[in-house]
Amino acid sequence: MTFKGGIHPKYNKITADKKIEKANLPKKIILPLSQHVGAPCEPIVNIGDYVKTGQKIAETQAFVSAPIHSSISGTVSSIENLPHPITGKPVNSVIIESDEKDEKIEMQKREYENLPADELKSIIKDFGIVGLGGAAFPTHVKLSPPQEKPIDTLIINGAECEPFLTTDHRLMLERTDDLIAGIRIIRKVLGVKSVFIGIEDNKHDAIKILKEKTIGQNIKVIPLHTKYPQGGEKTLIYAITKRKVPAGGLPMDIGCVVQNIGTAIAVYEAVALSKPLYERVITITGKVNNPKNLLVRNGAIIKDLIEQAGSYKGEPKKIIMGGPMMGFALPADDLPIIKGTSGLTIFNKDDIDEKRSTIECIRCGKCIQDCPMQLNPSLIAKYAENERIDLAENMYAMDCFECGCCAFNCPTHIPLVHWIRYAKSQILKNRAKAKDKK
Amino acid sequence: MEARKFIVESSPHFFSANYKYKLMGLVVIALLPAAILGVYNFGVHALLIIIVSTSVAILTEAFFNKLKKKPSAVEQGSAVVTGLLLGMILPPTLPLWVPAIGSFVAIAIAKHAFGGAGMTIFNPALVGRAFLVASFPALMAAYILDGITSATPLQMLKLNGYQSAVSHFGSNMLAYKSMFLGNIAGSIGETSALALLIGGLFLIFLKVIDWKIPTIYIGTVFVLTAIFGQDPIYHILGGGLFIGAFFMATAYEGMPITKSGRIYFALGLGILTTVIRLFGGYPEGVNFSILIMNAAAPLIERLTIKKPFGYIKNKEKKK
Ligand code: SF4
Ligand code: SF4
Repeated sequence: MTFKGGIHPKYNKITADKKIEKANLPKKIILPLSQHVGAPCEPIVNIGDYVKTGQKIAETQAFVSAPIHSSISGTVSSIENLPHPITGKPVNSVIIESDEKDEKIEMQKREYENLPADELKSIIKDFGIVGLGGAAFPTHVKLSPPQEKPIDTLIINGAECEPFLTTDHRLMLERTDDLIAGIRIIRKVLGVKSVFIGIEDNKHDAIKILKEKTIGQNIKVIPLHTKYPQGGEKTLIYAITKRKVPAGGLPMDIGCVVQNIGTAIAVYEAVALSKPLYERVITITGKVNNPKNLLVRNGAIIKDLIEQAGSYKGEPKKIIMGGPMMGFALPADDLPIIKGTSGLTIFNKDDIDEKRSTIECIRCGKCIQDCPMQLNPSLIAKYAENERIDLAENMYAMDCFECGCCAFNCPTHIPLVHWIRYAKSQILKNRAKAKDKK
Repeated sequence: MEARKFIVESSPHFFSANYKYKLMGLVVIALLPAAILGVYNFGVHALLIIIVSTSVAILTEAFFNKLKKKPSAVEQGSAVVTGLLLGMILPPTLPLWVPAIGSFVAIAIAKHAFGGAGMTIFNPALVGRAFLVASFPALMAAYILDGITSATPLQMLKLNGYQSAVSHFGSNMLAYKSMFLGNIAGSIGETSALALLIGGLFLIFLKVIDWKIPTIYIGTVFVLTAIFGQDPIYHILGGGLFIGAFFMATAYEGMPITKSGRIYFALGLGILTTVIRLFGGYPEGVNFSILIMNAAAPLIERLTIKKPFGYIKNKEKKK
């Protein structure tokens, strides 16, 4: 089960055997009100308010959005513009100082077996569930395909192809029952029959336990060839169903919905336990003294989390939110984690590619061979570099999903993804301009 | 505590150890068996030719790097490959100023006049050789074996026909054996198919070159010469085909960048080489075929740009 192209990076899953630990309760949290794709939230608390763990602190009426909940109990000390950890742009953020009591809102167990799909969906929305794989797309939106797009396949993404990260792997092992319960809820919401769990075949233990526990439940566990980016939505769907998401389209166009492992568990917690999404598991890895998988509260400060992983090993040079292939390099370590943070990868001098240089493309063709979208990264990057955004668009720059395979193997280390990203942002700008004119 | 500074740059943050200078080094290593065998067969003068062509290439490259104010150790590396390759495809009898001119032309004209690294269309080593063939035809056709003037297997074939060429070796099996081991007249580094095969497989194994290109190129020549009633084994072993197929057709800069384009490229090479050998005036066709296909590469590339993932489906749907 696989797809065309792709690469075999060193997986470096150094935390694969480490049980999930609970992080210390943070003293302070920062919750940027733009945690996910979609409309930012508006605060519904005021400075000085007392909030409980799990209390909703921000929401919006927009459909493509999810409310945000406090992850500790304490006092709202400030609501101000702070730099967003990923974009770096100032966004309205709520800061809460802990009273260290961790007083939770009332969370009641719910009998959900007989609830109709619509009600399940509104619970999922109300409890702030978003995709925990990285993009943090609001889950209820993905579960609400339009009428004309019937869904027949649910795919649970347990590939975890990103090097270093092991959160999904650990969750599959440690929270197997909750995961399966979550999958069943999602299946019910979508009303689909076939459910696949795709897992890269380097995680035998997870494949084994899930196979055992899903017997007779009409859930198929699919071992996938271990290759990056096996967990990309399009590559995953293709590997399992051999269907291709049309260019510019969405999985729902071909009847598929993909959900991540952590998301399925969060769905279960919201529906069965009335628990809002205020904590998640992340992998803290790379050059820290004690890399581990931690259950952390949303909004916790990166620096504190790194201390709990034995602190930096050597002088850190790069903090990556996420894994090394698709993660974002952060400018500072006093930023908060957000719902979509799947890990923190710390690199020091030895991991930085200093040979990254200005040598021209030698036309080796590696980038083309490896691109899972079958693009011509070399050419798009060249066009972008020369400001020929129109030509880059003609070469399908928009179909790039920034997996990084091309740059990974480029022998002259051209920052291909950087240029393609630039082209994409320019294309979007141009399109927006064209719209305005009309 | 002082605030730490972190590097912020675009993903990916993780790379393979696939560097250009490493690739160049591997190509040089892969060429060595054939080069050493050539020196062993043809003597010290062959070694001098290789040394001259390589050093002139390096010096010319250094000069242009200075001129363009772009010092680059890596480009020096690729000049080594060009110089070494050129030396290996020259007759072992040349006066030493000839390879010097060839190397200068290769680097100065074929590489830098076209805009330098990344812009080269024609294989520089082959341009250098073609220039020498055009300027000094007699010198460039003077081959020896064991110190005596001798014709290359393909020259024999062209001049005297197959029967006489084979009888020269004793039998066709003996001819194959001599050609495989390099016991024939020819350019310094092209005579032994075995030594070139070892180097070529080494590069294929390390994924520096794509196995399809040499395979299709050599395969096409084999099939076509057989169809035209010639001895296909004699044809694939008896000239510059192996060095051309493994080391020059596979040069990144002269071929289309697309996967399918490279297959057409290799097919075209096989057809052209056969046509030149059988119907052209020259006994050998590898050099010119590669240059001609180099010229066609940009066009092939444009015609073979693929629709990305997810587009074909669209078309099917519309039908
Ligand atoms: S062009 Fe985009 S999709 Fe293709 S390999 Fe590069 S980053 Fe991945
Ligand atoms: S991998 Fe790098 S050097 Fe090779 S063709 Fe692509 S951009 Fe050029």
